[in-house]
Amino acid sequence: MILIFTEIADGAIKKSSLEAIYYGSKVAEMMGTTATALAIGNADEAELAKAGNFGAAKVLHANDTKLTNPNSMAYASVLAETVKSIGAKVVVTAKSSFADAVTARAAGALKAAVVGNVTELPDLSNGFQVKVSIFTGKAFADVNVNGDVKILAIKKNVVAPIESGNIATVENISPALADNLFAAKVTETIKATGMISLPEADLVVSGGRGMKGPENWQPLLDLADALGAATACSKPVSDLDWRPHHEHVGQTGVKVAPNLYIACGISGAIQHLAGVNSSKVLVVINKDPEAPFFKAADYGIVGDVFEVLPKLTKAVLANK
Amino acid sequence: MKILVCISSVPDTTSKISFTDGDTKLNKAGVTYIIGPYDDYALARAVELKEQSGAIITVLNVGNADAEPQIRKALAIGADDAIRVDVEPTDSYFVAEQIAAVAKEGNYDLILMGRETSDYNSGVVHGIVGEMLGIPSFSPVMQLDLNGNEAIMTREIEGGKEKLTASLPLVLGCQEPIAEWKIPNMRGIMTARTKPLKVIPAAGSALTTTEKYSLPAPKGACKMIPAEEAEKLIELLKTEAKVL
Ligand SMILES: Cc1cc2nc3c(=O)[nH]c(=O)nc-3n(C[C@H](O)[C@H](O)[C@H](O)COP(=O)(O)OP(=O)(O)OC[C@H]3O[C@@H](n4cnc5c(N)ncnc54)[C@H](O)[C@@H]3O)c2cc1C
Repeated sequence: MILIFTEIADGAIKKSSLEAIYYGSKVAEMMGTTATALAIGNADEAELAKAGNFGAAKVLHANDTKLTNPNSMAYASVLAETVKSIGAKVVVTAKSSFADAVTARAAGALKAAVVGNVTELPDLSNGFQVKVSIFTGKAFADVNVNGDVKILAIKKNVVAPIESGNIATVENISPALADNLFAAKVTETIKATGMISLPEADLVVSGGRGMKGPENWQPLLDLADALGAATACSKPVSDLDWRPHHEHVGQTGVKVAPNLYIACGISGAIQHLAGVNSSKVLVVINKDPEAPFFKAADYGIVGDVFEVLPKLTKAVLANK
Repeated sequence: MKILVCISSVPDTTSKISFTDGDTKLNKAGVTYIIGPYDDYALARAVELKEQSGAIITVLNVGNADAEPQIRKALAIGADDAIRVDVEPTDSYFVAEQIAAVAKEGNYDLILMGRETSDYNSGVVHGIVGEMLGIPSFSPVMQLDLNGNEAIMTREIEGGKEKLTASLPLVLGCQEPIAEWKIPNMRGIMTARTKPLKVIPAAGSALTTTEKYSLPAPKGACKMIPAEEAEKLIELLKTEAKVL
């Protein structure tokens, strides 16, 4: 049995989790078994049934009111208990920092091997082998995964789901929840609303120190708006508080893998590229033709961001 | 207050990665090793907490003797003593198992480490350790203050952050801006030489093995678009790259 840890955001299954469900269903096919999705928190049955469209035969839904707010320890306990109760051998999740926190504790409870940043379906010809991205995208490793239970965290865009039109059956579960799982008290949540989630985004427009200051971000935001893209930034930009910290991409920030990443006034330091090198198409706009980013990019414009950005926005809007 | 700071020893972030022995080993020639950048933040915060209200900091590395310069550097930055579990840190569960074993012996109030290592980027060791010890774990923590037995933290969440409090003992995966990286001073470097470093054997065995490494396919040339015709980029992204 394959179990997919499914993340819910605003009542809907996250796109990355739909990919994980599809990946899990492919692994299930290879192993001659079925895929079950585990959804924790608030969501309608009709929404959860969509997991079937991506290959899950069944959805287990833990909807205790104590689980409404994401709590990695409580979710991990539900995940570990579910793995035991259905006898799952492989757990699949989309890689995210919340999923990491959840699968980590479940791994501790289950003595499971955990491998992160999986980039392909497993090779079962000789044991259980997966390819993982290492050194923040600079290399790959073929890893043999042993252990009775295996937990795989997959990267974005590893599979291109083909929707089957099937509907999954949804079954409610009520696992026991120990009091000590709620030891932390969340006193405040500060979350940007109406923003496109950066790790989930297919299109990203990102700004570096070349944007010169937080007051100059409007042209970049306009392009992102026109494209329906998420916004990101380089490390110095978030260090200087020009942009919020959760927008910082790179080796020490969010790792993104969108279809399109547009870098505006970013030099292309190796630590920055490490966080964006899994993007399908990289575009750089920089006034310095010697900027290292040009060596890593697919398309480049040598020019002043403040002249180029409005032109791009205009072209996008004209094309709509 | 006893703080355990777990550090990884990883190639410098500017390193060019390559492999040897038929792509079965990392090529260490010419590669400089550093304390994992996230671990370095955890260490820096531990030293600040020690300066503020007193603490004993033990630095722990699961790794072979090659990591000793990084351990000495952590001692120079302000840790009081060090433990090295003498084994190749091959997988997350295995490393967590070693850390948990040391932690059980030491009765630490805080176990700090980076949110992830910069080699395998798995980001799960802190959680596994927390579960093994039966204490809470949080990550990625970007602010940490102590008020007696209570930790006041800010944790990054997707699209924002949340403030939370919990009682010690805790395991935390740290990231900036929890503190600024510290550079050891001359006195620190001198005293680090004589601070105790205990080497102990590992227990258990790894759950994964790496069979082979590979590098990504080289990128093709960058297609340049003149700034005066910037709007052509949008056309190319639609028709050629097909990402719009
Ligand atoms: C351990 C470690 C970890 C790190 N992790 C990260 C990380 O995760 N993410 C990250 O981003 N960095 C990281 N860094 C920092 C990294 O080395 C670089 O310093 C950083 O990425 C540079 O940011 P930048 O490109 O915005 O700024 P700069 O390097 O200052 O580049 C600004 C660019 O803007 C261009 N420019 C200026 N004005 C204009 C204009 N009007 N129009 C067009 N272009 C213009 C310039 O030509 C220049 O290329 C890390 C560093 C270390 C040591």
